[in-house]
Amino acid sequence: MHWDWSIARDALPVMLKAFFEVTLVVTVVASILSALLGLIWAIGLREMPGALSKVLAFVLSLLRNTPIPLQLLIAAYAIVQPTGWLSHTSSLAQYQHRLIIIGIVVFALQYSTYMAESYRGGIESIRSGQWEAATALSLPRRRTWQAVIVPQAMRAALPSLGNWAIAMFKDTPYLIAISVPEMVSQAQDIGGNNFSYIEVMTIAGLIFLVASYPTAILMRTLEKKLVY
Amino acid sequence: MSSPDLSKFAATSGTSGTPRIVFEDVEKRFGKNVVLNGLGFEVAKGERVTLIGPSGSGKTTILRLLMTLEELSGGYIYVDGEPLTHKKADNGKRTALRPKEVALIRRRIGMVFQQFNLFPNMSVIENIIEAPVHVLGQSKEEARSKAQSLLDQVGLGDRGDEHPTRLSGGQQQRVAIARALAMEPEILLLDEVTSALDPELVGDVLGVLRDVANTTDITMLLVTHEMQFARDVSHRVMMFDEGHIIEESAPDAMFSNPQHERTKKFLQAIL
Repeated sequence: MHWDWSIARDALPVMLKAFFEVTLVVTVVASILSALLGLIWAIGLREMPGALSKVLAFVLSLLRNTPIPLQLLIAAYAIVQPTGWLSHTSSLAQYQHRLIIIGIVVFALQYSTYMAESYRGGIESIRSGQWEAATALSLPRRRTWQAVIVPQAMRAALPSLGNWAIAMFKDTPYLIAISVPEMVSQAQDIGGNNFSYIEVMTIAGLIFLVASYPTAILMRTLEKKLVY
Repeated sequence: MSSPDLSKFAATSGTSGTPRIVFEDVEKRFGKNVVLNGLGFEVAKGERVTLIGPSGSGKTTILRLLMTLEELSGGYIYVDGEPLTHKKADNGKRTALRPKEVALIRRRIGMVFQQFNLFPNMSVIENIIEAPVHVLGQSKEEARSKAQSLLDQVGLGDRGDEHPTRLSGGQQQRVAIARALAMEPEILLLDEVTSALDPELVGDVLGVLRDVANTTDITMLLVTHEMQFARDVSHRVMMFDEGHIIEESAPDAMFSNPQHERTKKFLQAIL
């Protein structure tokens, strides 16, 4: 095995570009979406009439228990492809753009099912006295969620939500399955062209480490600060 | 705060007019466990009634039924002559009211809990103005100035911006009382409001409640083990055992000359 600095030097800018333009964008956008969706699922599971809430729970468990690469393939080639949305593109950039959107939707949905569980734990950790006080003050149900339950559940769920976001970040290389040019697939291309993978894969690993380690520490500090 | 001091000599049970609260043939079961069965009583407007009795005798359940925190298994509760959760339909059938109807009547009732139940995510003042703003539709400024005078009244005028978790139990309970009063309730339910407090903090809370009793005509139902307090503020004491009222009288008579054997034993045990 031989380490070639010139490959590393040429690969780094390309990989960083892919990191910021694809990997990071997908992670941030999909994290925000999944945090919102997860909250909606968690509230829905509690507030919807019995039958509906069972249907929702079933759909969520379907999503949760199937692998992301499979979901990506289904979404891109079984669901979107037949609509023609992917083929009617004017440029490669636009085509890739649309694949990224599909990736964001799949990641957001998948992780929303995990985050719903985090919220559920947060909601269940709230003592019944909080609900009772809201009833005693005649707060409407909606206002009770908005002003009393969600803020408290959010605090309880935040560390776990952060962990899911980091987990999602590390799952982004699955986007290779639908040929989204995220960082690791770029690394693979460069490695293939130079017949040497050690440089690019090392760089990819370092970028992931450098990005996720501080985030994990940040989450831990946040967790400590969130005590009332 | 509503009109001051009409109440010192206010209604005792049996005065004319619609009673503030009526329990009619009330039944409450938790699974197979029957807590209340065929319970009936009335509370007059402005009357302050203390409920005493051994634990499990149904006192707290009565307050929780009035606050609609528990579902009535049978019978009816009326507030100012209006059904609270269930009504007799024209054909005589017992029917549940819609949540919106329940909510309208429930607004007249406030409750203070043993565990305070302040919202930890809000400051003290936010706790107090939350319902006046979002239920009564008061403006924030109006609600704030009312909340401030309530806080002054309970001796916490300078703590409005703090979070409840930074206050002692006694202070939290006084905020909870202010929060309940901010809704200008006709009926105030006090469920063992000093039981979770360290002994040295009980006095301040009872002082605030004495003040409320002496300066307002709010109808009060109290569950408490503070017998001196019950004696001082209530017009009537009802002794419960196994879901039934086994004795009721003015506090002086109840505490100095109980009639029922169970009452004698109970009072001996706690006094």
